[in-house]
Amino acid sequence: MKIKLLDIAHGRSGDKGDAANVGIIAYDDKGYEIIKNHLSKEVVKKHFEGICLGNIDRYELPNIRALNFVLHNTLGGGGTVSLKLDAQGKTLAAALLRLELDVEN
Amino acid sequence: MKEKIRIASGQGFWGDLIDAPYYQVTEGDVDYLVMDYLAEVTMSILQKQKNKNPELGYAKDIPGLMERILPVCKEKNVKVITNGGGVNPEACANAILKVAEKLNIKKLKVAVVLGDNIKDRLDDLIETGAELKNMESGEAIEQFKDKFLSANVYFGAFPIVEALQKGADIVITGRTTDTGLTLAPMIYEFGWEKDDYNLLSAGTIAGHILECGAQSTGGNFLGDWQSVEDMANIGFPIAEAFPNGDVIITKHESLGGKVDLATVSEQLVYEIGDPKEYITPDCVADFTSIHLEDLGNNRVKVYGITGNKETEFYKVSCSYADGYSASGSLTYSWPQALTKAKAADKILRKRLEKLNLSFDEIRTEFVGYNACHGPLAVSIPEDEINEIMLRISVRSSDYQSVERFGKELAPLILTGPPSVTGFAGGRPKPREVVAYWPALIRKTLVEPKVEIMEL
Repeated sequence: MKIKLLDIAHGRSGDKGDAANVGIIAYDDKGYEIIKNHLSKEVVKKHFEGICLGNIDRYELPNIRALNFVLHNTLGGGGTVSLKLDAQGKTLAAALLRLELDVEN
Repeated sequence: MKEKIRIASGQGFWGDLIDAPYYQVTEGDVDYLVMDYLAEVTMSILQKQKNKNPELGYAKDIPGLMERILPVCKEKNVKVITNGGGVNPEACANAILKVAEKLNIKKLKVAVVLGDNIKDRLDDLIETGAELKNMESGEAIEQFKDKFLSANVYFGAFPIVEALQKGADIVITGRTTDTGLTLAPMIYEFGWEKDDYNLLSAGTIAGHILECGAQSTGGNFLGDWQSVEDMANIGFPIAEAFPNGDVIITKHESLGGKVDLATVSEQLVYEIGDPKEYITPDCVADFTSIHLEDLGNNRVKVYGITGNKETEFYKVSCSYADGYSASGSLTYSWPQALTKAKAADKILRKRLEKLNLSFDEIRTEFVGYNACHGPLAVSIPEDEINEIMLRISVRSSDYQSVERFGKELAPLILTGPPSVTGFAGGRPKPREVVAYWPALIRKTLVEPKVEIMEL
């Protein structure tokens, strides 16, 4: 079964130098189980191919049903150096919510 | 000891809603108004202003704001804490005292927190053994230090606590952590100690929720954003803090916005790294210990927080000029808007190449198509695209190259693909790129200083 991340979670993203952080929050416990089990570092890395050029760190915050991803080497130099329209990675949380997860029934 | 205090956030960054702090002190009762004005880039801008005029170098909005809120703050006994002193807290305090005089306010104590600006002390510090290395790259400071535009240590809550203990009505700091602004009044009012790590972490997390203004009350909310009521009159967050570290996040009832588990959670994950190690000068807070409870009526309780001892280091943020950049755009309309924009990009790049200019990077984005999400953007059939904004940006250490790029954009209107418009505002001008150089410094090497200036 395919599940759209947008339907089960929301989030927020921002900058930490040239790295972006993307926090993804599930709307309920069931949603958190899904993102915890399926939204792996590898899945996120593949999704952001061509955007995130470095490593990804993944952290779990079960207390608020959230995962936090730190995407290194992502913002074109970051801060004022970056030529990107979205130099602060503000739209990357929305970009991750485009993802469809393959989940067993 | 007070049973609880109400701390209101009045500004999420310099440039935030100008009237927000006014409403925070007039639309209901609060004990403290805290305002964050300093982004990393701000310090270098302020330093440049101070270099030109020694009376400048702070957030210039503050005196005007004080003129509006000072009478209310005096009447209702609201204390104001802000890091808007930038690289010149004393000049900021002087400007506030002038405003107070003009308003015929008889008694006012303004405290300044100094000592964070180490730009002129770097050589001494290095000599006394400060091993300043870039936190990210590990590079030594020697080859960079002479070109630094600014160098500031991030202080935490305790210098502000000292200012409050000295009776300050207003506390103006230089580079202080955003979270320290909110934590300080809790330490002061509730008598928390330096090793009450759980309590300090609770106040720090409250500070994190408040530091970006309305981002915790429904602003920039990616959840059900259309459910946020009256965004035009959005209320900024208020932290009701209790001596045991419990905090209730809320807002003034009369204002718009929304405080619930979703809006608060989004701010909790904003700009964090390892949630178990949220490092500030005051403590290391554990975000995985946070408990949230929706109390209804735009009230969310934040409790159960734990944390650990602070590290032995302060973060130092240095900035230096690193070349120039410029950015310009043109808009192409249907039919074949994207094809035209892509063709124009190719033509421009060919012309730049022919001119033998030197660029570190040339970046093209098609706004309306893939500027935000790059390769993740879904393709749109060409016939369904109404218009595309072509945005081209360049960066170079060579000023002339960036300036010449700016002159090559407008000619595309008469010498490139058709149905093009939107070239307004003249040629894109080269702007100085400011890069950052973050490091750590032993806390024992820098001493914050608190001074009182009064009427």
